[in-house]
Amino acid sequence: MASLLLNGKTVRVDAAPDTPLLWVLRDHLKLTGTKYGCGAGLCGACTVHLDGVATRSCVTPLSAVAGKRVTSIEGLQSRAGAAVQAAWDKHQVPQCGYCQSGQVMTASALLAKTPKPSEAQIVAAMQGNLCRCGTYGRIQAAVKDAAATLGGTP
Amino acid sequence: MTASFVTRRDFLKVTALAGGGLALGFRLDANAAQAAPFKANAWVSITPDGTVTLTCHRNEMGQDVHTSLTMLLAEELEVDPRRVRVVQAPADPVYVNSALGAQITGGSTSIREAWVPLRTAGATARMMLIGAAAARWGVPAADCRAANGAVSHGQNRAGYGALATAAAKQPVPKDVALKEPGQFKLIGKPLPRLDGADKARGRIIYCIDVKRPGMLYAAMVPCPVIGGKVASFDYAGLDKTPGVRTVVNLGEGVAVVANHFWTARKAADTLKIQWDEGPGAQLDTDGIFAALAAAKDKPGYVAKQAGDVSAALASGAVEAEYRCQMLSHATLEPQNCTALVTPNGVDVWASVQFPQGAQAVAAQVAGVPPELAWIHPQFLGGGFGRRLENDFVAQAVAIAKAVPGQPVQLIWTRPEDVTHDFYRPPSIHYMRGAVAGGRIAALSSRLVSPSITARAFPAFVQNGNDPFMTEGLVNLSYDIPNLELRTVIEEPGIRVGYWRSVSHALNAFAVESFVDELALAAQTDPLAFRLAMLDKLPRQRAVLERAARRAGYSASPGAGRGFGLASMECYDTNIALVCEVSGSAERVKLERITACADCGLAVHPDQAVAQLEGGIVTGLIQALRSKITLKNGRVEQSNFHDFRLPRMSEVPPVQVELVQSGGKPGGIGEVGVPLAAPAVANAVFALTGKRIRSTPLEDGGVRFG
Repeated sequence: MASLLLNGKTVRVDAAPDTPLLWVLRDHLKLTGTKYGCGAGLCGACTVHLDGVATRSCVTPLSAVAGKRVTSIEGLQSRAGAAVQAAWDKHQVPQCGYCQSGQVMTASALLAKTPKPSEAQIVAAMQGNLCRCGTYGRIQAAVKDAAATLGGTP
Repeated sequence: MTASFVTRRDFLKVTALAGGGLALGFRLDANAAQAAPFKANAWVSITPDGTVTLTCHRNEMGQDVHTSLTMLLAEELEVDPRRVRVVQAPADPVYVNSALGAQITGGSTSIREAWVPLRTAGATARMMLIGAAAARWGVPAADCRAANGAVSHGQNRAGYGALATAAAKQPVPKDVALKEPGQFKLIGKPLPRLDGADKARGRIIYCIDVKRPGMLYAAMVPCPVIGGKVASFDYAGLDKTPGVRTVVNLGEGVAVVANHFWTARKAADTLKIQWDEGPGAQLDTDGIFAALAAAKDKPGYVAKQAGDVSAALASGAVEAEYRCQMLSHATLEPQNCTALVTPNGVDVWASVQFPQGAQAVAAQVAGVPPELAWIHPQFLGGGFGRRLENDFVAQAVAIAKAVPGQPVQLIWTRPEDVTHDFYRPPSIHYMRGAVAGGRIAALSSRLVSPSITARAFPAFVQNGNDPFMTEGLVNLSYDIPNLELRTVIEEPGIRVGYWRSVSHALNAFAVESFVDELALAAQTDPLAFRLAMLDKLPRQRAVLERAARRAGYSASPGAGRGFGLASMECYDTNIALVCEVSGSAERVKLERITACADCGLAVHPDQAVAQLEGGIVTGLIQALRSKITLKNGRVEQSNFHDFRLPRMSEVPPVQVELVQSGGKPGGIGEVGVPLAAPAVANAVFALTGKRIRSTPLEDGGVRFG
């Protein structure tokens, strides 16, 4: 039995220590908002926050999250997260939507740390998140918009 | 491929719901409706609690059918589209796509096909609700008004729910008048996607998110060569491993079933399998293209012909050969499927574009009649044509048979997905042309490629004509007096599939690049050259002119800059693209892509624009650096590090202008794709003087970045 601090609550999981956090969330805990895309940290669909840092859960074993705060899309309640999701609504970002949990988590982590990102900082942060539908233009616009909404304070 | 759509109005049937309320059934294939007895199905229903439900007969894969089809219904029914409940239709012949002959979401047909029937259904239900209200109040129906889910007359007001049961007994109106575009309240207006907010919050259930009571997970090791078989395998007591339930030989691979996915995956990775790889093991990319090249002189099929090309090219022709490498669909949701086999039949939860096909496959594998195979279609984490195939359904059902009574979810890894796709066909295009008086005097094109349709829907290939190879040829928009556009089917033995915009993207790359080569031969500006041949198609001419103007197009913008154009009509929509680049051949920077599209009428304009934006990015997959290659029968790419999809830094600003010149809606979902590659290639030529005749363009010696 391993325990982790997930979305503000301590949860206990009966899973092998090498189980990727992604499958702990999706399979053991039935939290399916975090998506499987590549299993190798290449697409960003599985992005969660580990102590506030955007992290690829598909390459993060359960053993590595002991004692850390894990936030999945279901538990995203930060001010930055709310601003990002409101901006996603305003710009009508999602198409198929499969990558968007990861996009939102990456963008939220960026704005929590860097409230006024430059265009280059936005691209650098979002570069690891693939969108197969090609919504990049709207993602960029939405991140800028969310940053403006936050007014520079996370 | 040209599509024709239902305009008849005798496809509707109205029934009373058992628990009260009104239901409209439908049949989109009017010809089949005459042959077979009408089977009641609820397409649109209104229950006594006022809930309006639309059974969405097409699958949602990002292209916005849930919202835009709801808008068509709500416009005429006079309800708030945000309050319509959308449920996904199961597999049923009544949902056959009248343009494609099967229950398929594809071909950019959803809106074009539903344009008349769905609005007619809404108007019919509205008139019957009004009729019921008028009868209740003893007033003329013509004096009653329907709005926002209720009928009113003076002080009288009744919600649709209160009227639905009585409305079902009203006579079905023979003729309903549909609104003129000037009367639209919803169509053409802004509306947030009905699924948008949930998608930004991780709340949509894709197939991979389906959970069933007692569900097990399966992981697979497929034969590394597509078409190969398991010769023997050793699982060394794997079924005794904690959590592992069973090991299943699928023939094409071996699956491990366990209580958790990671348990199944780790166990599958320890399998020792000997393969009978079969003839596919001989395939490599060079051999595939050599086989295509060897078929160059086969007669093939003449898709379009005019004048006398041989005579017109006899006194000298510009000649060029174009090639397109294979591509994987790479839906971000890898292929997966959940199946449950019971003594009653088989249930399948799947992300599919062809539910009827999934039903046939599931029934066959389970050994039950199709009516005992129940398909539960889920949201698609991307389709792009990959989910027209149901290979993963067959596998999941075969695995579920080994654990009867328990649902099993099969999940492919990304490497399985990349290496076991139905790839976009490789192609060679032999082009010949001649110019005279600043125009093309003669054009000959010969596409050689494997046929998708010959495998997937063989009855649709006749006399060597695969209608999904002639796209971009039969609808060539230029006025050219001497034409001969041929397609030659050649099968080197690889498994190919429909990839968003299908052969439009192959043919448009060759044709639109070659048109630029001929403009050069004619010593004419590529824009003026194209416009001169579009006199008979004012809509096409207009989008090209507008795109060029908005982009600030110039044939000679100065050193270090270049513009490339491309133009075509497809899916009843006219589109033109302009790509602006800067830099040099060592490093080409995509500065901007400007598009102008005229789809006649856009039902949901913001999402039509979104589809064009995304379609253009999909076109960049072909244009920049992505490709699938084979060696010893094995796909050489395995994940996103070597099948490199465009990332944010590589996608330039894409500006789309949507023109609505009136009439019926044209297709949108695939329209953005085909012109990206030729527009970029033409821009690279304008910048560097280097003509690249193969995709991805980086294979031709440029670097993007």
